[in-house]
Amino acid sequence: MDVPGVSEAVLWAIILCPLAAFTAIALYLRKLPKLAGWLSIAAITASFALALVALVDTLGADGRAATHTHDWFHAGPLQLSLGVRLDGLTAVMLVVVTSVALLVQVYSQGYMERDPGYGRYYAWMSLFITAMLGLVLADNLLMLFVFWELVGLSSYLLIGFWFHKPSAAAAAKKAFIVTRIGDLGLLAAMLLIWTRGGTLAIDEIHELVLTGALSGTTLTLFGLGLFAGAVGKSAQFPLHVWLPDAMEGPTPVSALIHAATMVAAGVYLMARFFPVLEASPDARETVAWIGAATVAVGAALALVQTDLKRVLAYSTISQLGYMMLALGVFGYAVAVFHLFTHAFFKALLFLGSGSVNHATNTFDMRRMGGLRTVMPLTFWTFLIGTLSLAGVFPLAGFWSKDEILLEAWHQNRALYAIAAVAAFATALYMFRAVFMTFFGTYKGGEPVDPSDEDSHFHGDPAHPHESGRVMTWPLLALAAGAVAAGWWAWGREFQHFVEGAVPADALHHAPAFSYGIAIASSLIAVAGIAAAWAIYQRRLVDSAEIRRTAYPLALLLERKFFLDDLYERAFAAGLFQRGWNRLVAAFDAFAVDGAVNGAGWLGMQSGRVLRHAQTGQVQLYGAALAAGAVVAAIIVLATGS
Amino acid sequence: MELTVLVFLPAFAGLLALLLPADRARYARWVALAGALAALGLSLALFFRFENGGGFQFADRASWIDAGAFEVQYFLAVDGLSLPLVVLTTFLTVAAVLVSFSIEHRQRAYFACLMVLSTSVLGVFTAMDFLLFFLFWELELFPMYLLISVWGSGRREYSAMKFVLYTVAGSAFMLVAILALALGAGTFDMAVLGQSGVESAVLPLRWVFLFLFIGFAVKLPIVPLHTWLPDAHGDAPTAVSVMLAGVLLKMGGYAIIRTCVTILPGEARDYGVWFAAIGAASVLYGAFVTFRQTDVKRLIAYSSVSHMGLVLLGIGALGTTAMVGAAYQMLAHGLITGLLFVVVGLMYERTHTREISRLGGLARQMPLLAAGLAFAGFASVGLPALAGFVAEVTIFLGAFQAYEWAVIMAIFGVVLSAGYILWTLQRVVFGPVRPEWAGAGDQRHWWEHASVAGLAALVILLGVYPDLIMDMLDPAIGAVSARVGS
Repeated sequence: MDVPGVSEAVLWAIILCPLAAFTAIALYLRKLPKLAGWLSIAAITASFALALVALVDTLGADGRAATHTHDWFHAGPLQLSLGVRLDGLTAVMLVVVTSVALLVQVYSQGYMERDPGYGRYYAWMSLFITAMLGLVLADNLLMLFVFWELVGLSSYLLIGFWFHKPSAAAAAKKAFIVTRIGDLGLLAAMLLIWTRGGTLAIDEIHELVLTGALSGTTLTLFGLGLFAGAVGKSAQFPLHVWLPDAMEGPTPVSALIHAATMVAAGVYLMARFFPVLEASPDARETVAWIGAATVAVGAALALVQTDLKRVLAYSTISQLGYMMLALGVFGYAVAVFHLFTHAFFKALLFLGSGSVNHATNTFDMRRMGGLRTVMPLTFWTFLIGTLSLAGVFPLAGFWSKDEILLEAWHQNRALYAIAAVAAFATALYMFRAVFMTFFGTYKGGEPVDPSDEDSHFHGDPAHPHESGRVMTWPLLALAAGAVAAGWWAWGREFQHFVEGAVPADALHHAPAFSYGIAIASSLIAVAGIAAAWAIYQRRLVDSAEIRRTAYPLALLLERKFFLDDLYERAFAAGLFQRGWNRLVAAFDAFAVDGAVNGAGWLGMQSGRVLRHAQTGQVQLYGAALAAGAVVAAIIVLATGS
Repeated sequence: MELTVLVFLPAFAGLLALLLPADRARYARWVALAGALAALGLSLALFFRFENGGGFQFADRASWIDAGAFEVQYFLAVDGLSLPLVVLTTFLTVAAVLVSFSIEHRQRAYFACLMVLSTSVLGVFTAMDFLLFFLFWELELFPMYLLISVWGSGRREYSAMKFVLYTVAGSAFMLVAILALALGAGTFDMAVLGQSGVESAVLPLRWVFLFLFIGFAVKLPIVPLHTWLPDAHGDAPTAVSVMLAGVLLKMGGYAIIRTCVTILPGEARDYGVWFAAIGAASVLYGAFVTFRQTDVKRLIAYSSVSHMGLVLLGIGALGTTAMVGAAYQMLAHGLITGLLFVVVGLMYERTHTREISRLGGLARQMPLLAAGLAFAGFASVGLPALAGFVAEVTIFLGAFQAYEWAVIMAIFGVVLSAGYILWTLQRVVFGPVRPEWAGAGDQRHWWEHASVAGLAALVILLGVYPDLIMDMLDPAIGAVSARVGS
């Protein structure tokens, strides 16, 4: 039983390289943005190289875990620690995070080139990468929570990167608060496991579950608490509402944080604690059904978006739902596999949309069209990403999505049906986007507003052009991933590797590959593509006509199921702020403080009355003194002391 | 001798400042700064010489009033609970002096008041004779009254008077309790009272406990005894807000651990559940009211009510972990809220308004101050790697066993604080720039940089290396907790 033998220093160095870049930029390089960019890229390159070392090492150990733990701080019997853990699951995450981050950072050199906040951008991105790497390396729940919150912070800072835009500031706030609502559950789960189980270490929690020391309601509550955190972070229904708004951030941010890595942290968390799901049917069922609901909601809303990035955002929500669904039907390895492949093709699609934005100055697909000929590299790579996402053989997305459908089929046919219908919708909305963006005639983009000093757009939207090499090379690299990443599943290599990370007793045997399911999935994808072609390319059916016929449904989708109205207007602004908080504040001002001022007033008034007793006549004082003594004596006698 | 020198050094510097000739009044700030830095240096020397787990140290003791039946001593000493608070006080005194460098009005008297305030707080944290403790407790009122009513703004006289009357009303209860305890036990010596425990007093012990608690609860403050705080903060000058939020509130939490819990452990066991309930209620109530504030300083004041509720919750759990967390929360809140008031004060100097609706877009015009506000805001939200997170997590983990319901209530504060802080950031520093603040300027003087950077550095230090303080707090509070028997 080998464990990865890579030195602990290597693992810490993976975290510390981007941290050093962040610190240096924040303290010294604010005025040297170019250097900040290069330093940041150098740091992530180093982390990537070290992550590969860790991966090779872990492959040699069949994905089993090595942990290195150190004391952090103590208070009474409480001893908290910081430690790193390397196993198959962590190694996969390290490679995903560092490779996508590296490509995104290179791409950003082109995308953010003229932005006045260039240096600040690289600082926050480095902070994010640090936190994300810490999250996947953490060997205990507290440290995981620490980095979990720090990725939330960097997400906030990057969504609100263009903070002068009110929409960006609002979106950043919304993202942080909505995910924090989920974090309440994660925090509660941490308190519960510490109080009932006496540990926060991942190994020991697994042990508690496997020995049955942690079972029943406590186990289920623990699992649901963790899942609440995952629902917030991974934008699962009903807390998915922050992710589409998060598209206010720069597009490379959306690619790295809000597609490939951070939003997958919730999936990572549930995979990390997979034995809990395995042992608690209630928690597992909840995960499966919330996942399925997210799959459906995301896919449905993606169908009606006109903003290219928002199509991708809802698609991300839907795909994260697939991953959760997989976990809920025992598909631990499959979920991680889909996380892995999704990172490449979704990052590719986002960066492609950024390239399009650089040519047209807009994300509105209704103002695009025909870009296939002027931006061939962007088009072909985007098409590869789309085919991969739609699940077309033999691209990466085919392998991972097919396996999820397979697991669902064996567990629950209703879940399979939802996932299959959503797979059709996936192909439909993605090819709708492809046809609207790259086919037909060009609609002219968004004219440049010369008065907007903050716009870093350069070029002429009327004459779109292909992006520079610094942006297209990362697209090509990611396209290679979107094609080939799925092949790792060959011979169940990937599954074997990540399963090394969980105790063997906790694993469920995966169903064998089924040609029937695979062919069905492929037909579903082709049907979706055909439908998109019929509606948006050949216009055999008019999409406006569909909208009119199914108007209530269309309205429901266009208003995002009225969830934003419900949360933000009815609840947050209405019931909470104008109702409850106003009530409490009024109580505070009138009842609590009113009583204080009332007592003060009473004191003044009684002083006004009582000063008449100060007559200066000694006889009167003497009489009062005697009367008081008598009263005091009576009280003492009456109480018998 | 060290503690005596430390406690009276600020007041001595204040006296020197006051005695400066009128044409040298502008040197008052330098005199005050020298005194504050000397006190900080001395307190740090004690901090590094302190022997963790060695009980009360650096004692200065002399008989003061020997009345036969009882003896009042001049007795100063520090243990692992009070020494971190002493260092916090000297540190925040330096910050308070620095942010006062721009004061123009009656500088000599101002700095004299500020330094006497520092001495009185240091006295409260070091006095080990109950009557001496009470004297320092009351001494703090004079400089505070003057500082708010002379150098304040808005309804400053009302606020100053409210502050004084509220404290005095609480002190009346406290004095009765102190006398009842001391006459019953025959000593005012807090170390002796805390060692032997008190079996009887001239009043039922329940009442003694309650009276002491009322006196301290006003200072903490807890709901519903808190309404003096937003008024005092709203109208006080920046440095006074820093001292008030940073250390004066901590006198309440410190005193509850030092006296209520240590001297009357039996009553603490009985009433711990009420502490937890009041603490959790304060967390939520304070947060709800914070959402409705339109003045930045009042907003921070109400958020303090919410954050100090956690202190009471931690104390109420009585276990070592939770009480250590409570003490840590006092330090963390002192630094974080101190920083918030420094930054908001510097913004006020530039914009002359604290109305949130009139601010906005400051991140462009005052990038450094905006970054400072965002940093302090996130620290206040309990972001990991910053001091507040360590405190909150320790309190939650420590108190959950004893009072699951109270902790579950309190963790909602985690979301609520994110809500009001981020909403405030959105309205104050983000959004489109406002032309009226175009020439207002950013943080630029060395004293502004020094106070902001110093506080921020400590917030990070306490967030990543908690054992620096935990090693000191743990044995001292462990001893208290052992007396309560939990």
